[in-house]
Amino acid sequence: MSTDSIALPMVDEESRPLVDRLHDWVTTVDHKRLGILYILYALFFLVVGGIEATVMRIQLIRPHNDFVSPQVFNRMFTMHGTTMIFFVVMPVMFGFANYLIPLMIGARDMAFPRLNAFSFWLSAFGGILLYFSLVGANGLYGAGNAPDVGWFAYAPLTAQTFSRGHSTDFWTLALLVSGFGSIGTAINILTSILCLRCPGMKLGKMPLLAWLNLVMAGLVLLAIGPLTAAQIMLCLDRYLGAHFFDTQAGGSAVIWMHFFWIFGHPEVYILVIPAFAFVSEIVPVFSRKAMFGYPIMVAATVAIGFLSMTVWAHHMFTVGMSSNANTFFVLSTMAIGVPTGIKIFNWLATMWGGKIHFQTPMLFCIAFLFQFLIAGLTGIMMSAAPFDWQLGNSYFVVAHFHYVIVGGILCALFGAFYYWFPKMTGRMYNETLGKLQFWLFVLGFHLTFDFMHIPGLLGMPRRIYTYEPGRGWDNWNLIVTVGALVQGVSILIFVGNLLWSRFKGKTAGSDPWDAWTLEWTTSSPPPVYNFATIPTVRSRRPLWDLKHPEDPDWKYE
Amino acid sequence: MSATPITMRQPELKWGLPSRGHVAMFALIIAESAIFVIFVVAYLFYLGKSLTGPTPKQVLEVPIFYTICLLSSSLTIHFSVQALRRGNVATFKAWWFATIVLGAAFLYGTAHEWYRLIYHDGLTISTNLFGTTYYSLVGLHGFHVIVGLICLSAVMAFTLLGDVQQKHAYRIDVLSIYWHFVDAVWVVVFTVVYIIGR
Amino acid sequence: MDPNNTYARWDFTVVVTLFLSAVPAFAQTAPPSLSPTNIFAPASTPANTILGLSLFVLAVTGTIFIVVFSLLIYVVVKFRKRVDDDRQEPPQVYGSNQVELAWTVIPVLIVVALFMATARVIGSVQKAAQPNNAIEVIAIGHQYWWEYRYPALHVVTANELHVPVSDPAHPTPTFIKLLSADTDHSFWVPRLNGKTDLIPNHPNSMWIDPHETGLYLGQCAQYCGTQHAKMLLRVYVQSRDEFDRWIQQQSQPPQLSDAASEGKYVFETTACVNCHAVAGTVADGRFGPDLSHLMSRDTIAAGAAPNTAENLRLWIRNPDAIKPGSRMPAMELSDRELDAVTAYLATLR
Repeated sequence: MSTDSIALPMVDEESRPLVDRLHDWVTTVDHKRLGILYILYALFFLVVGGIEATVMRIQLIRPHNDFVSPQVFNRMFTMHGTTMIFFVVMPVMFGFANYLIPLMIGARDMAFPRLNAFSFWLSAFGGILLYFSLVGANGLYGAGNAPDVGWFAYAPLTAQTFSRGHSTDFWTLALLVSGFGSIGTAINILTSILCLRCPGMKLGKMPLLAWLNLVMAGLVLLAIGPLTAAQIMLCLDRYLGAHFFDTQAGGSAVIWMHFFWIFGHPEVYILVIPAFAFVSEIVPVFSRKAMFGYPIMVAATVAIGFLSMTVWAHHMFTVGMSSNANTFFVLSTMAIGVPTGIKIFNWLATMWGGKIHFQTPMLFCIAFLFQFLIAGLTGIMMSAAPFDWQLGNSYFVVAHFHYVIVGGILCALFGAFYYWFPKMTGRMYNETLGKLQFWLFVLGFHLTFDFMHIPGLLGMPRRIYTYEPGRGWDNWNLIVTVGALVQGVSILIFVGNLLWSRFKGKTAGSDPWDAWTLEWTTSSPPPVYNFATIPTVRSRRPLWDLKHPEDPDWKYE
Repeated sequence: MSATPITMRQPELKWGLPSRGHVAMFALIIAESAIFVIFVVAYLFYLGKSLTGPTPKQVLEVPIFYTICLLSSSLTIHFSVQALRRGNVATFKAWWFATIVLGAAFLYGTAHEWYRLIYHDGLTISTNLFGTTYYSLVGLHGFHVIVGLICLSAVMAFTLLGDVQQKHAYRIDVLSIYWHFVDAVWVVVFTVVYIIGR
Repeated sequence: MDPNNTYARWDFTVVVTLFLSAVPAFAQTAPPSLSPTNIFAPASTPANTILGLSLFVLAVTGTIFIVVFSLLIYVVVKFRKRVDDDRQEPPQVYGSNQVELAWTVIPVLIVVALFMATARVIGSVQKAAQPNNAIEVIAIGHQYWWEYRYPALHVVTANELHVPVSDPAHPTPTFIKLLSADTDHSFWVPRLNGKTDLIPNHPNSMWIDPHETGLYLGQCAQYCGTQHAKMLLRVYVQSRDEFDRWIQQQSQPPQLSDAASEGKYVFETTACVNCHAVAGTVADGRFGPDLSHLMSRDTIAAGAAPNTAENLRLWIRNPDAIKPGSRMPAMELSDRELDAVTAYLATLR
């Protein structure tokens, strides 16, 4: 039997000056600390983005409301979208990936720890740059501050003529900078997974979380480039008189849309595939069964990755593309529903015949399955282009993608938080509060996003700061706003639970869930070196093999 | 704090994984290629769509000499890395220097061409769609050449200080892959701008 | 492990019931009284064709939902950990090729069916031939108003589109060419057709053939700037006679009245003429709406306010009071000038 742990010099953490401890955090290259930094950063911006959403919902609670001016409202939806996608979901996914991947593949750290730190600080700086626009963007008198061009910044609204001052430039530069950070992290994830797996962990033996983050990293490498390119072109247009999107000079507004959505669609898969990863780790453990159809899950995810690069113009069905082009994108978009559906079936099959435990992580994964199913189906509705000619750019679309991101991704994230919180902090969260948060969140979510579909079906377009009475939208908007407030309360409970449990929660052992992957072999929290001895594995569930030596997985895989 | 030991008693496992440097550099190249593809697509899309101003045929001269310089620099960097792998630091130094010279010659050629285009032919990035797409695509490539030359020069400096030895051949090789990528991009840009586009 | 949660199984049912209870409100062809912009109350062929496809898609996705949701509920209930659990792990099942094949092939078949239905509708709406008797309109999107030109009928107007009703037996559709003077816009009148964008340097076209007379509402559906929300659409579908009378009135210059000469003088000597046109006078600005027949319209500022003397005067005095961020500047006119101009505009029928 090898040594259990490595003796480190005894240092009393609490007695070190706060400045030194903060300095350690700022200069860290340890994947676990960087992971936590990413996650805390994302949580902060989750609250900021949530406030922006609440402002919008209050403005829309009744027609012709005057809670905020149109200028402020337009900044709100731009900042809300940009913040949530680039400074909440992407960082939190990178954070979990950073924290978990080395632990799950039996490595001591990511492949490039310094690049890891650099990428984090670059991404973090991007977020700060975006919000600096609130003070820094007044290029011309009265030209406004935060960007107000929508998170996809369609040309020619972003041209100097229509966007005076520097607000659009803050949007562009913030995303350019954080884009480079994302590429750095993706390189790190890809290299770590391909090059640092412990002995015996062939690609077919690594946890699904590793596989799915590998696909996500590949997508980041392919998708961020187009956004970077388009933003460079926009900067050249705005400052050097280039004509990429200058329709007066023969340029094309549509080509911005193509370039943006060639990034934008894979981007949403970049957001959701790590969520799939969480569900793929949690559902088996809480069903007490191995993942059903592991090879198919891998194949389906790779297929989704490739297909996601072929569907982008379903965001452009109303733009006036030829009927052949429209038809192609209908086909590719419907096709991507097939591997996605296969994944849902495999998760159900994993639960089938199992013994389902309903702790908070699993509750959120079950909610994920329900809500992601609906989200996928409304997506299929919009993939039928003529139906999209009615539904597109309306509140139906807004309801659809929030169903994916909040009902799907955020719920999977909550599951992940509760599941790995004991590992990261060494303490259990409060289960009662967790369940309370869950039910409150589900209630608020459905109040808001179920009923949000209806104004879309009744003709309400998106990105409007107010609406006319007498169109049948009033009551639905009221219900939607109430649900948002309920979700807000739920998030507060969530944050409170995490904070309280961090300091006062019951001690969690190394393996509170009786799980099967390598991260549960270390102490909670893991030592800085992760593993005293690099493990050797023989199956996809090394801990199962140890706990069931009479019936190990490698006999069946 | 205890950690459950995982090692199982079994014979020594043959376990080889690809090396970090190469994988990471290829990943970076994928990401960079994605950026270049978009600029190439824009260039091809806007061919013939300029409303005014000089056309490619009117003003572009095919830079054969400077292209040969850049492409030969791939050869010289290859020889250089080979030499270092064999431990021959002097040969490495010579070929490495040749690479930098050839790369710098290429940059000079681009600068010369741009000077002519701007001051004699009146083509700038804001003249028309051709100017926009030409300067941005060739400029993006040129920017990558500059970054590459900075890295190569840094290595040159370390070599002159005597700090580069045979054991660094792997890292130098990874850097050379970046340089080969820059050359490969030029092959594409050259084809699109000077062959297809004219 | 904690004891299992007994609420899990029926709370999902509650949530789903809430959602499904909203279905009757929208998943059928609802009466327009629910909303004048209800996509499920088509009044024109393209909107009708889209509805047909939509119902098919809804039926398919609804069935998929019921099947998978039932499976989820069943699994969550049947395989929950019991209170008297023996703490043994259940049998481990790693996969099944037949099952995977089944739930790959069936979705592929569903996709094929959906795709073929969709492809047919795309063709029938996008490639519809323009008949000889179609009314031709050019719609130009501006920040934040709509310009309409009927080139064959020599009419230029703004914000309120008039078209003749179309008898399904002998259709007289209106074909609209969509252009933009500045940023992207989108023409969306849900009861008449899906939306089509107006993009500068990218002409688009769409068609409508409303079957019933009446007023159809919509609004701009592509974010175009500060006042995107108040770029409203009003389509007046009239009988053929009424439409012809309207065209007749719109194609003549307005009658000039002596009572309005002071206002006309103010109008023509201040910056109004930079942006606005009045047929038969020197005013020939095209940046803002054509005012030749302003009084024939029910609303001003692209639907932002009813067309009354009071609103008109307020609009001229301070457009931001009605539509903050619109492109019309406050003209800094004196009260007397304001009264005069308003009186002049009131004569433009």
